[in-house]
Amino acid sequence: MKSIKQMMIEARGLSHEYFRRDDDGNVTEIVNALSGVDINVKPGQFIAILGHNGCGKSTLAKHINVLLTPSDGTLYVSGMDVKDEDNTIDIRRNAGMVFQNPDNQIIASIVEEDVAFGPENIGVETDEIWKRVEKSLKSVGMLEYRDHSPNRLSGGQKQRVAIAGVMAMQPKCIILDEATAMLDPVGRKEVLSAVKELNREKHVTILWITHYMEEVTEADYIYVMDKGKIIMEGSPKGVFSQVELLREHRLSVPQITELAFELKEEGLPLPDGILTREELIEELNKCRLS
Amino acid sequence: MLRDITIGQYYPADSKIHSLDPRVKLLATLVYIISLFMVDDVFSLLFISVALAAVIVTSKVPFTYIMRGLHSIIILLIFAAAFNIFLTPGIPIFTIWKLNVTKEGIKSAAVMMIRMIYLIAGTSLMTLTTTPNALTDGLEKSLSPLNKINVPVHEIAMMMSIALRFIPILIEETDKIMKAQMARGADFESGSIIKKAKNMVPLLVPLFVSAFRRANDLAMAMEARCYHGGEGRTKMKPLKYQKGDAVAYVLLAAYLAGVIIIKIVTNSIL
Repeated sequence: MKSIKQMMIEARGLSHEYFRRDDDGNVTEIVNALSGVDINVKPGQFIAILGHNGCGKSTLAKHINVLLTPSDGTLYVSGMDVKDEDNTIDIRRNAGMVFQNPDNQIIASIVEEDVAFGPENIGVETDEIWKRVEKSLKSVGMLEYRDHSPNRLSGGQKQRVAIAGVMAMQPKCIILDEATAMLDPVGRKEVLSAVKELNREKHVTILWITHYMEEVTEADYIYVMDKGKIIMEGSPKGVFSQVELLREHRLSVPQITELAFELKEEGLPLPDGILTREELIEELNKCRLS
Repeated sequence: MLRDITIGQYYPADSKIHSLDPRVKLLATLVYIISLFMVDDVFSLLFISVALAAVIVTSKVPFTYIMRGLHSIIILLIFAAAFNIFLTPGIPIFTIWKLNVTKEGIKSAAVMMIRMIYLIAGTSLMTLTTTPNALTDGLEKSLSPLNKINVPVHEIAMMMSIALRFIPILIEETDKIMKAQMARGADFESGSIIKKAKNMVPLLVPLFVSAFRRANDLAMAMEARCYHGGEGRTKMKPLKYQKGDAVAYVLLAAYLAGVIIIKIVTNSIL
């Protein structure tokens, strides 16, 4: 069991199926939302899960938070089995979740009260709640908005409040399920940099679920999903080197990588998996010199 | 236009009224409403006006904010006033067509309008100075004895605070759907009342669908943050009476006594 303890999240052959029914309640179709997913997440890592809509990435996220239970396979979160109902609250407290729609996950009408919602639920003492609220709002840079109404905040600010709400439960891991999908580019940047800072400064494990390729170039490890299966995994460099395979699964690559790929196709001697503008400039300079 | 409704909207400010315990404010609002319907003479109304003005000034909430809640009831006010003026029996002053305008009618219309306006002003003042969460906390605590007879007080309070939180969001959404449907040729303005009601269907259906979707999302988000009912729950802001609350209770008692005394005195004079 030692290996399980070391892992933040460990899934083995995780499967989830649900039945689609017609109006009379007869099963018309069995949908495999997840089939045989294996993932390993070590504490402190920044993990990205990529895939387009309906690929099962949200279903996977909901399993880690025990909002869904697996039909088959095993899943351990922080060493706890998700199938054991006694663990549910402990798992949710260790693996917090941020959802897509910023409006639908803020419960209270005042920012600080919303951040306190999680700690209140797990029975933290009043004095401690105040400390945690202050600390978590500070960690996402929203302390000055503590007594504002969430309705007057921008999308990015709302998502940062939601992250603070999760942080206040002092989780080891935060799962962000398309947390930037409904935001404008500024908000997206805001949220991503807040999350990266949490990962760096507080060593919170991050599971970043998205379909924006640009966001994950700095991840430690990437899983790519399609039709409920993990189809590719590896470092950002490794994954984005396989431009053609990604295209087969209707996924794009970051713009810079795409540009480098097209240039290479046209005959420039560029390496695979260029992720940043600086890298591309450097490689292009090398081409010119040789 | 739909954003003018201020009920359930908190106005953050640092005032003595804001820092009062919600239980005090709830009781005070109740007493205030009862007092409004107890009196109908000039002196009592004057006394209530002074008390209301004093509270508004102490609350530091801008006057226009409080009055914004009135926009939504103007039509109701006009109708009620008209009915009162024309249909109250008494000494007629003059007659329009077959309708008698009576002295009693004018008086009761005036009293009724003042009552309604004060009612809105007083209750909006409470919601403007109390966060919805504090409000529901106050209700939860005040009603907690009902727990013994199996009334799910915590659940009701939670539902209320969520409803309050979502009012502005749903209003904004209604606005958006309305515009979207208007852009596709929907007509919400013209036609008879029945036709207008029928025209609301393309507005209401998407609104309900999205409300259910939101409810589903929210329930999931609450569960993800370890919500499991009221059991074993602690509070960030537990309700504790402060010195100011005692003062407020005394003032409230004085107010009630004042209203009753003025009522008795004016009754015996007239």
